[in-house]
Amino acid sequence: MTIQQSVGVFRATADDVQPALRVIELKKQFGPVEVLRGVSLTARRGDVISILGSSGSGKSTFLRCLNFLEAPTDGEVWVSGRHVRMREGVAGQREINALRARLGMVFQTFNLWSHKTVLDNIIEAPVHVLGLSRGEAIERAEALLVKVGLADRRNAYPSHLSGGQQQRIAIARTLAMEPEILLFDEPTSALDPELVGEVLKVIRALAEEGRTMLVVTHELGFARQVSDRIMFLHQGQVEEEGSPDTVFEDPSSPRLRQFLASHVGALRS
Amino acid sequence: MNLSLILDVLPLLADSMVLTAKLTIASIILGAFIALPLSLMRASLTAFLSFPVLAYTFVFRGTPLLIQLFLVYYGASQMDWIRSSAAWFILREPFWCALIAFSLNHAAYTTEILRGGIRAVPFGDVEAAKALGMSYALRTRRVVLPAAIRLALPAYANEVVLMLKASSLASTITLMELTGTARKIVAQTFSPYEVFISAAVIYLGITLVISYAFAHLERHLAKHQQRNAQTGMFWFAEMIATLRPRLRGSVSR
Repeated sequence: MTIQQSVGVFRATADDVQPALRVIELKKQFGPVEVLRGVSLTARRGDVISILGSSGSGKSTFLRCLNFLEAPTDGEVWVSGRHVRMREGVAGQREINALRARLGMVFQTFNLWSHKTVLDNIIEAPVHVLGLSRGEAIERAEALLVKVGLADRRNAYPSHLSGGQQQRIAIARTLAMEPEILLFDEPTSALDPELVGEVLKVIRALAEEGRTMLVVTHELGFARQVSDRIMFLHQGQVEEEGSPDTVFEDPSSPRLRQFLASHVGALRS
Repeated sequence: MNLSLILDVLPLLADSMVLTAKLTIASIILGAFIALPLSLMRASLTAFLSFPVLAYTFVFRGTPLLIQLFLVYYGASQMDWIRSSAAWFILREPFWCALIAFSLNHAAYTTEILRGGIRAVPFGDVEAAKALGMSYALRTRRVVLPAAIRLALPAYANEVVLMLKASSLASTITLMELTGTARKIVAQTFSPYEVFISAAVIYLGITLVISYAFAHLERHLAKHQQRNAQTGMFWFAEMIATLRPRLRGSVSR
């Protein structure tokens, strides 16, 4: 049995029993400031969960803690039934790298490597982290470029692309690792308004494929359409959680009501 | 001023240019090997790693190269334990003394230049590499250094030219490189003006070659910033760029 196959078997059995992602009481402190005060979340395979909240609510930090871009202060994370120790300094660097390869992250500012072509950006990690041959990685990259609608730009450099195109390439780069869970950290916040649509279209297509995704976003209309669940964070805690219809139509928390009221325009568009 | 004397001396000096080139190239290569790991340590956030390197660069950038050269050449021979050790086979040769002093000094400057480049790599580039599961070694090799070297290249080119000119100090410890030979010829001809002009012309020539090479390399490595493809008159643009290095067709920085 090849490694790929055995991983597949492991995933299949794990999926039957375990949720794709389970976060228990995740905490993060920056000095005396408590940014996350115990956030828990369970995502089944195929769940799309949008995380909303005003700035400073800890939503980006929550996402960044999941793959250790910020070291969490405390908490537990289970990815497909595999436990990752989250207490600061406990998880080894090897463990962290392995975790990161399984969680794909898409950044607000794309963060493409400007000195590499589009194709080289996409195949870099599959070749050097997963150990794919160059040929296999290019094949994978080409399929992904078709998927994000940029097949003709494989030899372009990031600076030759618009923001929306760069973000679609960044999504392709993340997908090339075949991650179990996708984390989107405000993927459209750095884009000109007319470029937001093309990126949301790609993300929506991924949601329809049944991928497990956590999306931090300010696009409330989009969140409502694609999400299975909405989580509203306030001051580092889950203030309200539920189905999109409940959260948007019948919010019980006054803070969520206030937040939604201030975003009425965004919800309509 | 005797123009024909300037021209007559040129071929005599050209021979000694070989030693100047040897010293410069060897110092640059050795310096690069020293500077590469040191700059990574220097850019590290761990004081345990960065502080010793800071001390090293402070000492070598804070004292004259001539004194460093004298310390290695004259200082080493003062110590009996060095004279009786195997290292004496190296330290009794002026060439090796010069090479040691030059490469340590050059490495100190290069370390700081490269460290500046490393620190200037956009943080997001590093985070993207981390998020894709790349280890420290892998992202340093594949993402951080390629970007850092591009950022540091203009300053490094300058440092290489300085190294070439600093190699003239080797003449003070009996090495007959370009400047040393020029002084010898002056002693024979009593024409300091012509002979030193001749030497200066050769230094200028080598500097031009170095600048040209780096301008070329810089533009090659910056092709990701160019807006339009190369068009005709390439050699002309190249020459202008040597005199006034700027990335053709690039966004102004």
